[in-house]
Amino acid sequence: MTDLEQFRQETRAWLEENCPRSMRTPVLSAEDQCWGGRNFKFQSEDQRLWLERMAERGWTAPDWPTEYGGGGLSKEQVKVLREEMDRINARPPLHSFGIWMIGPAILKFGSEKLKQQHLPPIVRGEIRWCQGYSEPGAGSDLAGLQTKAVDQGDHFIVNGQKIWTSYADKADWMFCLVRTNPDVKKQLGISLVLFDMETPGVTTRPIKLISGSSPFCETFLEDVRVEKDQVVGEVDQGWTIAKYLLTHERAMIGGFGRTAAGEKTLSEQAVECLGLEDGRLADDMFRAELARWDIDAKAFELTNERVTDEAKSGQGVGAASAMLKYYGTELNKRRQEMIVAMNGFDGLVFEGEQWDQGAVPRSMLRSKGNSIEGGTSEIQLNVIARNILGLV
Amino acid sequence: MTGLVLTEEQQMLKDAAKRFLQERAPVAELRRLRDERDETGFSRDTWAEMVDMGLAGTLIPEDFGGTGFGHVGMGQVFEEAGRNLSASPLLSTAVLGAAAVNLAGNAEQKQALLGAIAEGSLVTALAADEAPRHDPLKVETRAEAEGDGYVVNGRKQFVVDGHVADKLIVSARTSGGSSDSEGISLLLVDREADGVDVERTIMMDNRNAAVVTFDNARAEGLLGEEGKGYAVLERVLDAGNAQLAAELLGIAQESFDRTVKYLQERKQFGVTIGSFQGLQHRAAHLFSEIELVKSVVIRALQALDEDADDTPALVSLAKAKASEVAELATNEGVQMHGGMGMTDEFDIGLFLKRARPVQQLFGDYRYHASRYARLNGY
Ligand SMILES: Cc1cc2nc3c(=O)[nH]c(=O)nc-3n(C[C@H](O)[C@H](O)[C@H](O)COP(=O)(O)OP(=O)(O)OC[C@H]3O[C@@H](n4cnc5c(N)ncnc54)[C@H](O)[C@@H]3O)c2cc1C
Repeated sequence: MTDLEQFRQETRAWLEENCPRSMRTPVLSAEDQCWGGRNFKFQSEDQRLWLERMAERGWTAPDWPTEYGGGGLSKEQVKVLREEMDRINARPPLHSFGIWMIGPAILKFGSEKLKQQHLPPIVRGEIRWCQGYSEPGAGSDLAGLQTKAVDQGDHFIVNGQKIWTSYADKADWMFCLVRTNPDVKKQLGISLVLFDMETPGVTTRPIKLISGSSPFCETFLEDVRVEKDQVVGEVDQGWTIAKYLLTHERAMIGGFGRTAAGEKTLSEQAVECLGLEDGRLADDMFRAELARWDIDAKAFELTNERVTDEAKSGQGVGAASAMLKYYGTELNKRRQEMIVAMNGFDGLVFEGEQWDQGAVPRSMLRSKGNSIEGGTSEIQLNVIARNILGLV
Repeated sequence: MTGLVLTEEQQMLKDAAKRFLQERAPVAELRRLRDERDETGFSRDTWAEMVDMGLAGTLIPEDFGGTGFGHVGMGQVFEEAGRNLSASPLLSTAVLGAAAVNLAGNAEQKQALLGAIAEGSLVTALAADEAPRHDPLKVETRAEAEGDGYVVNGRKQFVVDGHVADKLIVSARTSGGSSDSEGISLLLVDREADGVDVERTIMMDNRNAAVVTFDNARAEGLLGEEGKGYAVLERVLDAGNAQLAAELLGIAQESFDRTVKYLQERKQFGVTIGSFQGLQHRAAHLFSEIELVKSVVIRALQALDEDADDTPALVSLAKAKASEVAELATNEGVQMHGGMGMTDEFDIGLFLKRARPVQQLFGDYRYHASRYARLNGY
């Protein structure tokens, strides 16, 4: 038996023993997601246990080094772990901007102090992070950001406004882009800083979405004190790090449309809604549309896999992340529109227990943001055209 | 055949409707109805004023108290209603109710009901769909003759204005099996009759619909001949779909206009985002698509006024194309507004949320494209 096969067997046995039954059902609502953090209320004891057990092995961040609490697994082992979790429909133990975004940036660019301070609590799901990038005047033109950090010797004083900050009202810490030098080319005067959301001068105001929920906020920063040792990488070098972090975010958002473990596939849903006649979907128009989507979705899934396999261990997927983000989010929007349409009247009711309080249309509306958050589709296409194709 | 342009009279009606709806039933008014969780779902006062303007009688012949302005005229009102997201019982009552009674009612019914619709004292609702996706043939609701009337049993959904209507127009089976076109009858049922249960459903556009259940409910009478209701229903649905196509045109156009304005205002990278060719081309494409919608909508409305043979195909053409383009226009609207487009505070998302139910009601793109193909022999 190869080492990898042995790892698979051990992992399978461990998961069988340790993944609670109720954590082997699909994540269907926001409440099913475990985000951790100081103020998180676990949905169930099983949810807490599942996080605790996985975190103990470092398997919430399986490819991070063990010295910072990670699982220390190789790329191949991470893949096996994912396959084995999928096999039993295990839920992700933790949803975390820490693991998906700031963690990899601290690992690559952060000081030893920052690694020791921030990575273990991320792995354990103790600290929840939010991303303070966008500003009212700086969305697609992120480098145009105006939030100011003024050098006060051992610390900075930060003033400005962030917008569209997802979960700012629930997060414990923010990773935030600030302007530390206004006198140079805009990309060269930016730093990435970290601060506790309880620091005096930080306030948040939720913004309501078209789907009816309020996951994102305006964040106001007024004379916020940030210690110098909380700068990731060098002062004024934040843009490179910000972009590196974005590639991780993009790969993640591109995967949003993937059918969660145990969730019904689109074609299964279609059969349920529309029925079969002689083994064919009863509606011809839908059948053709669905087949086209299904082919794109499968091709996309294989592409994701291929790009991951090609990437070096511990490296992000680089420029390809723009392609994955663009294609994945557009696919998900198509899927969501089809789900609404195949449900007909039932897919349009917005309230009422019988209709799951409008879960179907709300989810479609939320998906419209996928091609905006983390850099719009247009920006991804620009990146592909410029950075991959060299069209300038 | 008339030219594909409005007559002077129709243009005047459009201008009047535009001024009125902009002032009395703009997007802010829909927000008010939504945020106050208004029980009726539209303003009775505004509806009374629309009645005074003669809008409720647009499809009703002058002999019965209407203006007889016709489908093209009504289409202008719907387009403006689409632009303003104006809520009113215009569709349920002045289009579906008026068309059904006008096509199938006996002299007495026409006299009583058309007059009442035109003067605003009657709100009707069409209870046709039973399946989640539009399928007017799929009728399992049954009406059994009993004494000198009928007793109705069954369940209907997507009944627009069902919770406030005085009378329901119900398709029910008096003979035949589910999906037979023979044996479907149209009946008038009082909403407050015993055995009628109405549950209002709040839709994603915050407009009205209802699920209606009939449990041994007594019908007031037949509308048209027993067992011959399907042919009438098809024509009523054509009238409705043509107006929905006109509303989708208004939604697409307004969403587009607002988006173009945003492209001219919003700055990133030191320039207006409208200067990026990637967005320019998409806006120009959308402009072209909307031009096509204008043509198919007016042609379908004219066909209804002329009672042309190819009316059903022209209506499906209009509803399919308008649905497709409204979906594109509202999606592009949100996308090109970036984060702003995702907020409830900004209006652009409301157009998307109104478009989807209008697309779906009485058949979406897929339904009408398929019907168009069938009507054209393939
Ligand atoms: C659901 C959601 C969650 C989010 N969460 C966060 C978060 O946690 N933290 C955070 O910092 N931000 C977050 N964002 C913000 C997001 O990153 C920005 O909305 C995004 O970068 C777009 O910026 P903008 O909204 O200012 O739109 P704009 O930049 O104003 O764009 C408007 C339109 O113009 C287009 N455009 C702009 N420039 C070009 C160009 N050069 N070529 C072609 N087209 C162009 C855009 O693609 C878009 O269609 C979130 C957004 C959403 C919708």
